[in-house]
Amino acid sequence: MAGKVILLDFWPSMFGMRCRIALALKGIQYEYKEEDLRNKSDLLLQMNPIHKKIPVLVHDGKPVCESLIILHYIDETWPDKCPLLPSDPYQRAQARFWADYVDKKFYDLGRKVWTTKGEEQEMGKKELIGSIKLLEGELGDKPFFGGEKLGFVDIALVPFTTWFHAYEVCGSFSIEAQCPKLMAWTKRCLEIECVSKSLADPHKVCDFVLQLKKALGIE
Amino acid sequence: MAEEVILLDFWPSPFGMRAKIALREKGVDFDLREEDLSNKSPLLLQTNPVHKKIPVLIHNGKPVCESLIIVQYIDETWGPESPLLPSDPHERAHARFWADYVDKKISLGRVVRAPTEEAQEAAKEENIQCLKMLEGELGDKAYFGGERFGYVDVSLIPIHSWFYALETLANFNIGEECPKLVAWAKRCMQRESVAKSLPDPHKVYNFMLELRKKLQAQ
Repeated sequence: MAGKVILLDFWPSMFGMRCRIALALKGIQYEYKEEDLRNKSDLLLQMNPIHKKIPVLVHDGKPVCESLIILHYIDETWPDKCPLLPSDPYQRAQARFWADYVDKKFYDLGRKVWTTKGEEQEMGKKELIGSIKLLEGELGDKPFFGGEKLGFVDIALVPFTTWFHAYEVCGSFSIEAQCPKLMAWTKRCLEIECVSKSLADPHKVCDFVLQLKKALGIE
Repeated sequence: MAEEVILLDFWPSPFGMRAKIALREKGVDFDLREEDLSNKSPLLLQTNPVHKKIPVLIHNGKPVCESLIIVQYIDETWGPESPLLPSDPHERAHARFWADYVDKKISLGRVVRAPTEEAQEAAKEENIQCLKMLEGELGDKAYFGGERFGYVDVSLIPIHSWFYALETLANFNIGEECPKLVAWAKRCMQRESVAKSLPDPHKVYNFMLELRKKLQAQ
């Protein structure tokens, strides 16, 4: 499909990372534009006037917003290489369900862990581990959520693992110790170049989160 | 092919209504099962162990959960000659965006459940802003998808059954604020799939009244 592709993004964003992985898997050439979220570009405000958020995929001048919607768009526009979603409607519904589960749970629970203290933080930690264990159950003995190959749910989830180190530091706990299966899956994903080159460095993310905490006045 | 289609539902739920409309648009015969949410059936707990919520579509024993995921499943499984989503990828993304917007932003339940008048007014204001945004997106089109009733229409039309309850209980007159949206809703209600799937507004009013009483008693 001809036409210029631009990704408006912010380097630590899990949602942006999802799009980077998908574009890499499909071998799509694109221009990466880093946004300063405290000083959003005219392009971002023009392309996503409703939510004013990244990521935004701009293809041939037309915007697509919301990361999972962007993944669907990428899959449907460049269908020949590396399908992200299965072809069977039931399998597709299952993939959508679990990606939606990641969306509903991980961002808010993670946020609870790095922005709160005491009892609220303890609850956040417990619920986060609980959610990860539920996903481990869904993974089962498969190498990836998509089966033999990386799929929609893998792409939706793996970016969150770049924030685990930050959560662990802020919450003084070990996700790895409690969730070895997910760690093994993460390592497997990182062996795929399209994934590893699209993900932010967890140590950089941790530094970012700690700086953000200071800036927001959170201890 | 002998097919078994069951929908676990709760009659006032706008999410359940989406699934019913989609099934009826496609002419699918289904077994509608009403859930008592204070006493959830073993089938519900078994088919949606993660969220334990309705609607759940069970097709030949296999469950699909989350209303918009159900609507997409219905669209992909039945009636390819009458698609709910457009075929162009950019238009599809556009439709998904606006259905997602309805999910994220429209919460009429918050207006009814608001514990104080202040909270109620705040909830009304937020919903009005978002409904006006949707009205802007509708523009002069017959439906959100253009000439054809589609995905975004299915995601939003259930609110029509709540209009009367909101007006009477919360002085929330959507007709005054969003006349184009009300006209669109009337157009959708002329479709048999919608008329059959939305409950009587007076029934919804009584249900909301009871719910409010219960909440206030707590």
